[in-house]
Amino acid sequence: MEILMAFVVGILFMTATYLMLSKSLLRIIVGTGILSHGAHLLLLTMGGLKRGAAPLLGENAEAYTDPLPQALILTAIVISFGVTAFFLVLAYRAYQELGTDNLEKMRGTEGNE
Amino acid sequence: MSLLHLAIISPLLLAIFIPMLYKAFRNIHTGWFVLPLPILLFSYLLTYLSATTNQQTVAETLNWIPSLGINFTAKVDGLGLLFALLITGIGSLVVLYSIYYLGKEKEKLGNFYVYLLMFMGAMLGVVLSDNLIVMYGFWELTSFSSFLLIGYWYHREKSRYGAQKSMMITVFGGLAMLGGIILLYNMTGSFSITEIVSQSGDIFNHPLFVPALLCILLGAFTKSAQFPFHIWLPDAMEAPTPVSAYLHSATMVKAGIYLVARLTPVFGESPVWLWLIAGFGIVTLFWGSFSAVKQTDLKAILAFSTVSQLGMIMSMLGIGAAALHYETLDDNIFTVATTAAIFHLINHATFKGSLFMVVGIVDHETGTRDIRKLGGLMNFMPITFTLSIIGAFSMAGLPPFNGFLSKEMFFTAMVRVLELDIFSLDTFGILFPVLAWIASIFTFIYSMILVFKTFTGKYQPEKLDKKPHEAPFGMLISPIILASLVLIIFFFPNLLSQSIIAPAMASILPSLLETGKEFIVHIYFWHGFTIELFMTFGVIVLGVLLYLTKDKWKKVYGLFPEKLALNKAYDGILAGMQSGSYRLTSSYMNGSIRSYLVYIFGFFILILGTSLFAKGAFKMDTSNVASIGIYELLLAIFIVIGTVSILFSKSRLASIIILGAVGYMVSLFYAIFRAPDLALTQLTIETISVALFLVCFYHLPELKKEEAGMSFKLTNAVISVGVGAIVTLIALSAHSNKLFDSISKYYVENTYTEAAGKNMVNVILVDFRGFDTLFEITVLAIASLGIYGMIKLRSTRRKEG
Repeated sequence: MEILMAFVVGILFMTATYLMLSKSLLRIIVGTGILSHGAHLLLLTMGGLKRGAAPLLGENAEAYTDPLPQALILTAIVISFGVTAFFLVLAYRAYQELGTDNLEKMRGTEGNE
Repeated sequence: MSLLHLAIISPLLLAIFIPMLYKAFRNIHTGWFVLPLPILLFSYLLTYLSATTNQQTVAETLNWIPSLGINFTAKVDGLGLLFALLITGIGSLVVLYSIYYLGKEKEKLGNFYVYLLMFMGAMLGVVLSDNLIVMYGFWELTSFSSFLLIGYWYHREKSRYGAQKSMMITVFGGLAMLGGIILLYNMTGSFSITEIVSQSGDIFNHPLFVPALLCILLGAFTKSAQFPFHIWLPDAMEAPTPVSAYLHSATMVKAGIYLVARLTPVFGESPVWLWLIAGFGIVTLFWGSFSAVKQTDLKAILAFSTVSQLGMIMSMLGIGAAALHYETLDDNIFTVATTAAIFHLINHATFKGSLFMVVGIVDHETGTRDIRKLGGLMNFMPITFTLSIIGAFSMAGLPPFNGFLSKEMFFTAMVRVLELDIFSLDTFGILFPVLAWIASIFTFIYSMILVFKTFTGKYQPEKLDKKPHEAPFGMLISPIILASLVLIIFFFPNLLSQSIIAPAMASILPSLLETGKEFIVHIYFWHGFTIELFMTFGVIVLGVLLYLTKDKWKKVYGLFPEKLALNKAYDGILAGMQSGSYRLTSSYMNGSIRSYLVYIFGFFILILGTSLFAKGAFKMDTSNVASIGIYELLLAIFIVIGTVSILFSKSRLASIIILGAVGYMVSLFYAIFRAPDLALTQLTIETISVALFLVCFYHLPELKKEEAGMSFKLTNAVISVGVGAIVTLIALSAHSNKLFDSISKYYVENTYTEAAGKNMVNVILVDFRGFDTLFEITVLAIASLGIYGMIKLRSTRRKEG
């Protein structure tokens, strides 16, 4: 299962990279979304996908899945959500001000040339 | 802190007060406040004369950074004292001269004397420091103050150009020298010159010996304007004439000579040292004198003549190092080269200083320095004319002036090169006397041009701005003193030999001296009918002939293509470096975020990929994997299909919805992998994210028109496949290289007993690792404040609208 997940994560990363290299601001943000999914799944996979009960003591099971990666992922999800939300509004504002979401047109030229 | 330290830094201390004095006493020329200090220092340094004559050295240490072995050790020995006397002596005369040269009303005298005092203190520090790092500090301070002085008239473009050029070249050499100093420290473990000299025998075969030697020589050659680094000196002539007289003839340009002389005991026995110094010196001598003849500006002639005379001193120091190869002093004929070098150093300071001052007077009284406009000034300026004859004839090496004596000794040294049987000097050594002789002829010619083109010939009043007349007496005092020294040294040459020259030689060639003995220096007027005398005759005869027929052979300078000139090369290199670095930067810093991401991902692949395989870290182990169930397989296939289809979706709406679908499938994965909290959070957050995406992009009506699918780019595809592959490979090998068990057993056992909770994930989040959560909340707060700010605060729009 871990090997399969490694490939799934690889494909998520590949897609995310390809999207981030595109010109459209929206696609870049979609790319970061995919990238964070990939990273979260990678965290979960690396913690081990051994079968066991959900990490709730009430289950009274023999073995539980590892709770630590889950806590880490939960933190990461929230943070990436915060950042994504910020990015989205930033892109929205950039579009409002500049009238484009094409990054090639968003080059700052003032004082640089 | 001893009195000696105070003496060294006293010019720097006085420099602090100069601006105040300048502001407070506008009616008094600021130079009068400066003048007492160099005179005082000169007389103070004279008291050390008796000590150095008796082969004693005075050393005083002031701790600075003892833990690094860097202490301000001031050391007075023969060589240091000779230079210190030159600096303070000529310094006094230059200050006196500048009082009359620079007008009180027009010039910013405060600046001038601050820079000049800075320079004087720095120069004293260079020659009296025993610690190489301290010496380097002072060395760079001379570069800086010289830069400020050359650019004194900063509103002129040529001054700025000259200042920048001299700064570039001398600081380049200075940094190389610092490298050499550090290499020396690596070899000997000390920055103290005295200690390095005492270990010189041990480091001779060290692999760093030659690199250190080359670095140090680079410093010395750039500072002393040796070929091909001499190009800054003619451009430095844009400085006020007192500065040229002081810095660019008598003191700063001799710092390199000082360095070579000072480190001769360390490096002198190496053939590289002898050949480089003597070789570059003789080439500089020839090239400087050859170039001086074609100049039409008086100061340019003097600049090139300084270059050539410095080359001459340098070559003599180089040949003088040959003396170290002989055991005894009695039959050592090569010490004469060192004697000649020191003697000429003194002579050059006297006559060149006076010549610069004479040229300054001519410039001051006629308004030009161009020899094509000058002529026939003899009757207007008789004293200046006499002074210039004394200086120029001494420079040409004619009796009865001191230049004659040192030139004879120079010829002696060069002829004796032929007797050397080391370092293949017996074959190539013939170059030295020949080049020296030819260079002397050119020296003779330009010395004559200097005098006779200016003071004899036709008087051309229509080309002059002012009516020429004799200079005020105050301006003449300094050159008169220097010119009288020129004559005094000729008639009483041995006045200085035991008191100054012999101790200086003892510092340069200490290993030749047995304890309690001293060098016997005796300078003769008359050697008898030797080869040197005939060489001088030849110089005079050929020089006069060539001077008279100058107009006929001057075409020879046209043969040398202007494009190959060193100045062109310097300017070309500078412009090339500028445009080259501009091209380089603008080629990769193109402002497109895609390119930067390509670099980042490219290096990510390159570095991780190579280290993965170079270290043999890749490993695949299937023993520790969980089995694949049907649900997981289906879900994985759906995720992959979903993700990849984003790439092909034409509409933005579709890609947003597919992103949402992928997010929901990820939360299904969390559910399957027994992570209920994650699944919950993921579901909620994915919903909000999709909503946000839609708000931001779908409801912008103009955007819908521009929609198009992604165009395929091969580089992007290659890089993204690479990134995906690297991540997969690392994930696989990381999973196959498990080194130890998880620490989660502790959490499982203690969640209820220690923290009174049954949901392990939540207990970890708020109890075991609560700090993470605290700052995650902060992140959310900042993000929401940021979003609020972005939407509410629209200063630019409001201003425009």
